[in-house]
Amino acid sequence: MSLAPFFADVRALPIVTVQPPLEVRIPAEGRGRNGAMFQMILINGLVFGGVYATLAVGFSLVFGVAKILNMAHTGFYMITAFLMFVGSAVIGIPLLPSALLSIFTAGIVAIICYKLVFDRVKTHEIALLIISIALAMLFQEILLLIFAAHYRNIPPFVPGYREIAGLRVSYQHLLTIGSTVATLVALWALLTRTRLGDAIRAVAEDSETANLMGINVGRVCMITMGISAVLAGVAAAVVAPLFTVEPHMWVHPLIMILAVVVLGGMGSIKGSVMAAFILGFAETVVVFLVPSGGYLRGAVSLGIMVVVLIVRPEGLFGVVFEEERL
Amino acid sequence: MTEYVFWLWQWFRSEILAIPGRLIALLFVLGLLFLPALTTQAHVLRILTFTAVFAVYAASWDVLAGYTGQVNLGQTLFFGVAAYSAALLNLHLNFPPWVTIPSGAIVAVLAGLIVGIPALRLRGFYLSLVTLAFPVILTGLVFVFSDVTGGELGLIGVDRLSHSRVWDYYLVLIIMLVCLFAMFKFTDPGSQWIRVGLILHGIREDEITARTSGIHTTRYKLMAFAVSGFFAGIAGGLYAHLIRIAGPSTLELFFSFQAILWTVFGGMGTIYGPVAGVFILYPLVEFVRLHPVGEAVRFVLFALMLILTLLFMPEGLTTWVRDKIEVTCPRCKLINRRSREHCRVCRAPLHRDLKKIEE
Repeated sequence: MSLAPFFADVRALPIVTVQPPLEVRIPAEGRGRNGAMFQMILINGLVFGGVYATLAVGFSLVFGVAKILNMAHTGFYMITAFLMFVGSAVIGIPLLPSALLSIFTAGIVAIICYKLVFDRVKTHEIALLIISIALAMLFQEILLLIFAAHYRNIPPFVPGYREIAGLRVSYQHLLTIGSTVATLVALWALLTRTRLGDAIRAVAEDSETANLMGINVGRVCMITMGISAVLAGVAAAVVAPLFTVEPHMWVHPLIMILAVVVLGGMGSIKGSVMAAFILGFAETVVVFLVPSGGYLRGAVSLGIMVVVLIVRPEGLFGVVFEEERL
Repeated sequence: MTEYVFWLWQWFRSEILAIPGRLIALLFVLGLLFLPALTTQAHVLRILTFTAVFAVYAASWDVLAGYTGQVNLGQTLFFGVAAYSAALLNLHLNFPPWVTIPSGAIVAVLAGLIVGIPALRLRGFYLSLVTLAFPVILTGLVFVFSDVTGGELGLIGVDRLSHSRVWDYYLVLIIMLVCLFAMFKFTDPGSQWIRVGLILHGIREDEITARTSGIHTTRYKLMAFAVSGFFAGIAGGLYAHLIRIAGPSTLELFFSFQAILWTVFGGMGTIYGPVAGVFILYPLVEFVRLHPVGEAVRFVLFALMLILTLLFMPEGLTTWVRDKIEVTCPRCKLINRRSREHCRVCRAPLHRDLKKIEE
């Protein structure tokens, strides 16, 4: 008895294999124009930087508040992209509601994961790290089981393009850049202007004291996990139409956000955002200017990360960490 | 003559038969040695040969992570580097496997030192991230210099390890046993003649205290990296000769994680833990694969099993089982069967203290 017949209908769905996953997808209309290289790097760098910033901020938040190095973070990003695909291409709801629904679901999944898994091994650092890897693998394998290893596309929210400074930029790129900026601003407002934000920052600062002040630390951690998954979901929702959707799509962003978080300084949100844009641009420059640079995308960022860790382990904006005693 | 036999029997009885864990290990080794007498099915032997290779690989991760507490997320670097160098030596210089495998391991030691030197300045998560970075960087380079490394397909046509499956099996098995014994002795904290195991434990528990006690922690950590790299390298060289390809899959992140998953399932900080983990999980996954449904769900099961293990047996399977069948005598620190009331040597009651704590 094979499982295939159950999933046959899903697998028969439009499969669009466009490019190998290592290539950056440049809008076709932007190609082949000489002299537009600089603008192309600018646009793509902003898109990548924005996405990595949104992802890395969520990752950094969870690390700062709940002390979880959540390797499954980009798993939530992947789940959102797939749910969007299911919502729009299988069930047939319009793209925007399906995106919102997927983001919400990703948040719920994250909270369930936190309650069922992370919360129980909280005291054990290594177990946390490994269990998050296992979770990410679980997501990947479940998606592989249902959707198989095909590349799929999601249509853009807003079709069409616009000519800016001699380069045709699709509206989707502009939308991605705009919404990542909006998300980051919203997060900043949440963290600095609300009571919940105060609680989150207090727990990040010193969870024991926060607990003594009457903050429910467990709940704050849970909510932070949800927020971080929602951030990952937003990143996925705005960028999924530009990338291909497939069950291995979590690996590269994970590598990138690890590099970003280290470069920016662990737990520093400002640092994460800056570092995300630096590495986003570095990646784009390598892909565009270095021959067969597509293969070196991860390598360059991680190389930068290694150098940063050796030269300045606290990152760009991190606090100098003393050798801790238990 | 009879005296010696008697003495040997006494030793065997008190050192092996009396300790359930060692008895299980003995039965396990004997079972593996006599397995080809029961079945010579190519498939079974092949799976078990790979299992033995991965057992060395997983145990090498345990030397570094379980004993020194340096969670290396890039163990696959050592494995891949050794596989590639063994394959290159074999293809271009026509060296036989018994030269290429040790030289691959030595290259892996160098890789271990290169990773170890920057990693020594860091601890905790930061160390994990740096070690994670190296295999990814190397994978990028492998793809870029595809004329040397064969790119995505890898280096094809590496020599076989030996001329038949059964020979392969025995060779790998014996190398595995020797490597595991070496690693076990190297890391044994109770050893009379090597202090390393004790020192590595000390570094894991509290590095600063170890340093204040006059231990050159840097040197020992670097040594752990080198030893771990050496054994992972041997596994990598064997793998390249068994599968006859050295490809980028030996550098994959997933493969690193697999070593971690096996070890954690079996129990970290014990050499027998990863071995048990590999010998249970790898054949299970491979045999499940034979079934049409299993082919699809095997990694889902793998991941689920790992999560459940971490939630309910956080110390790992072997530690959990060990605590069920063995008990250390509170007075003379010898290991006893758990079902005994009194210690087999000093007759001290075994379970009294435990009961007191429980009350």
